[in-house]
Amino acid sequence: MENCRSCVAIAGADYCVIAADTRMSTGYNILTRDYSKICKLADKCVMASSGFQADVRALQKQLAARHLIYQHQHNKQMSCPAMAQLLSNTLYYKRFFPYYSFNVLGGLDNEGKGCVFTYDAVGSYEKVGYSSQGSGSTLIMPFLDNQLKSPSPLLLPAQDAVTPLVEAEAIDLVKTVFASASERDIYTGDKLELVIINAAGIRREYMELRKD
Amino acid sequence: MKPIGKHSLLGASGEISDFQEILRYLNELILYDNMWDDGNSLGPKEVHNYLTRVMYNRRNKFNPLWNSLVLGGVKNGNKYLGTVSMIGVTFEDNHVATRFGNHLARPILRQEWHENLSFEDGVKLLEKCMRVLLYRDRSAVNKLQIAKITEEGVTIHQPYSLKTYWEISTFENPAQGAIGSW
Repeated sequence: MENCRSCVAIAGADYCVIAADTRMSTGYNILTRDYSKICKLADKCVMASSGFQADVRALQKQLAARHLIYQHQHNKQMSCPAMAQLLSNTLYYKRFFPYYSFNVLGGLDNEGKGCVFTYDAVGSYEKVGYSSQGSGSTLIMPFLDNQLKSPSPLLLPAQDAVTPLVEAEAIDLVKTVFASASERDIYTGDKLELVIINAAGIRREYMELRKD
Repeated sequence: MKPIGKHSLLGASGEISDFQEILRYLNELILYDNMWDDGNSLGPKEVHNYLTRVMYNRRNKFNPLWNSLVLGGVKNGNKYLGTVSMIGVTFEDNHVATRFGNHLARPILRQEWHENLSFEDGVKLLEKCMRVLLYRDRSAVNKLQIAKITEEGVTIHQPYSLKTYWEISTFENPAQGAIGSW
């Protein structure tokens, strides 16, 4: 029972772009054209999720509550890598009745460099330079692979996966990628919501997509 | 449809006995809210959130409340309209519907809803949708009820029926071209 369908994140040297469409569907119906799948978990950490909306919502609330507890105990915001580990553990905790939620976590690490973590439904995660999840990912991921040419994670010494692209170019790439995905994927469309995190803070942008 | 607290209105479709149980839960919720006696009251957002959690947790226990709920309300000038399904899927929008309304009424509402709809125009629009549903949904009956919620409070009007037109030529002598068949 998938409701939310496409999300993407790209990490750069000093920024991170997380994007998702705003369509919520069930089967062949559209429930609403204006539903945000992107959730701000911490100051420099944002999660986009696709999958079963009720599970996604429960997961977002769970993480927000745990973050609040962390803030009370440590008197600081959770860093993106820390939140990444928390998300993985939270998902694996329900390994035998999973959150049907496919997530990408994006943000800045403690040094201000962009980082993107990609997950499956039971918490297996990896730090990557870019990722996409959901039904649109089959169309989006190959295009990103072609444009961003990520080095293999098997290389030694380990090479950095963050893209050398400038922020404006990465945003442009994300917009192009969603426009293309909306053409062919019936579950992607309506509106694109982009969240850009950089040293200056977090900002949101919107772009109209095909409504069919 | 039932008013919930001072600010919300709840409508449900599906299993009526489960709806009655939801009303019992909500009664308790509102009672405890009133007992605080602190000048605060649960608004539609809060009630909607509570309902979402209830529906989702029952679904997780494989014992769902078999309802599609619509919750609307106004608090401090902010209007709110949201829906929860029996598996806990929830969203807010300018117009919502349950079951066949999603197929037949939502498209009409998407075309014709706009921000500055007056109450009378809103009722006309809803009647248009209900008429389509009456013609096309086999489980519909010609008796509907309008409820209005504003900052001042809730008014639930008396049930009434819509004028329908059945004098289409195919309905006159319907067995004409089918002698011997049912």
